[in-house]
Amino acid sequence: MKPAPFGYVRAGSLDEALAALTEGGEDAKPIAGGQSLVPALNLRLVRPTLLVDLNHAGLDGVAANGALTVGATTRQAALVRDERVHPLVREALPFVGHFVTRNRGTVGGSIAHADGAAELPLCFVALDGKVVVDGPSGRRVIAADEFFVTHFTTALGAGELVVETVWPLVATGESCAFEELALRAGDFAQSMVAVALRRGADGRVVDASVAVGAVSDRPIRLRDVETLLVGTSGAEAARDAGSLAASLVDPPGSIHASARYLRALTGALMTRAIERAA
Amino acid sequence: MTEVELTVNGRIVRETVEPRLLLTDFLRHRLRLTGTHVGCEHGVCGACTVLLDGVSVRGCCVLAIQADGSRVDTVESLAEGGPLTELQESFHRHHALQCGFCTPGILMAATDLLSRGRPTRAEIADMLSGHLCRCTGYTPIVDAIEACVESPQDAGGSA
Repeated sequence: MKPAPFGYVRAGSLDEALAALTEGGEDAKPIAGGQSLVPALNLRLVRPTLLVDLNHAGLDGVAANGALTVGATTRQAALVRDERVHPLVREALPFVGHFVTRNRGTVGGSIAHADGAAELPLCFVALDGKVVVDGPSGRRVIAADEFFVTHFTTALGAGELVVETVWPLVATGESCAFEELALRAGDFAQSMVAVALRRGADGRVVDASVAVGAVSDRPIRLRDVETLLVGTSGAEAARDAGSLAASLVDPPGSIHASARYLRALTGALMTRAIERAA
Repeated sequence: MTEVELTVNGRIVRETVEPRLLLTDFLRHRLRLTGTHVGCEHGVCGACTVLLDGVSVRGCCVLAIQADGSRVDTVESLAEGGPLTELQESFHRHHALQCGFCTPGILMAATDLLSRGRPTRAEIADMLSGHLCRCTGYTPIVDAIEACVESPQDAGGSA
């Protein structure tokens, strides 16, 4: 299939992009890497009247200053090669699409697209990232957990754009693991788990961050699992944490896997991730 | 309609395009460069992979108008009617193709992968997860690409 007709503006700056989006109204859409949007255009799942191209708006680049600030149009492949990127993200990146799609797909695009089965939103929620957005009512910062609302739906208002995402750097004593099961490499996850544990001098977990994706309409933190892990060695609680995680998720099930299987899978991935991060 | 100017396989081309024209269709229908194949048109099969400013991308997931001012290299750029590249020779030698539909996309992605250093067999296999081949069972393709990884003593040489 081919896309339905639309207008096109190549924005040369953030201001140009915001102006074009406002002028284009509710049927205008920003395009960055286009690795989700262009397939949706080709299949005519979406029919925007105007595309505002952000690739020349000066929104790419990575800066470290207490945290890692990633410009919206920074390619996913750029993070693979950047050693400052949090190890949880570096572990998850090979699961994001394929080698070739990561060359074009952007970090901000993945966050703004808010696919419930996407890896970067999951890591973003697990690490308490922040989204910097700009729009008609000015610049504001949204916490990751509040940004993802439901399937393909975020807290972005009309005419607002993701300008950059802010990711924490790895902390002292922090270890992490990412686990995913997909039917084929690069396919959408059936379930995925992100775990980051911070330990004190005695080796006990003082802070745990646990999130699951693909089994809900958005990436979700499992706070009860985090509470369970604190004060343990991590590994000793891995099985209990897996059982608890399986009981906390409520996936709908699909043609590929029943809800019961997906719950058990999530528990198994959780146990595996905690053991690996231990 | 908008006029675009880009460099395709070293040649400057100027064309008027509708914004919705995909890069693949621009290459195939406007420029008659039919080496770039069209499979799924939603970024899954990898048959349309070309180099955009030296980096491998899905031609079906880039609009021609987005490539305005850029350099695009297709499978036709590899041999240009002259001798085959080392990678193409290796595909021949290892029987890494049968029907050939997936081959142009794989050649372009592998050209990009090999230009970045010395991929391991696992990294080659991972790259190939983004390219559907129904003929070969993949093993000969992995072999063909792996045979083109420079040995450490060759690195920095002219190979």
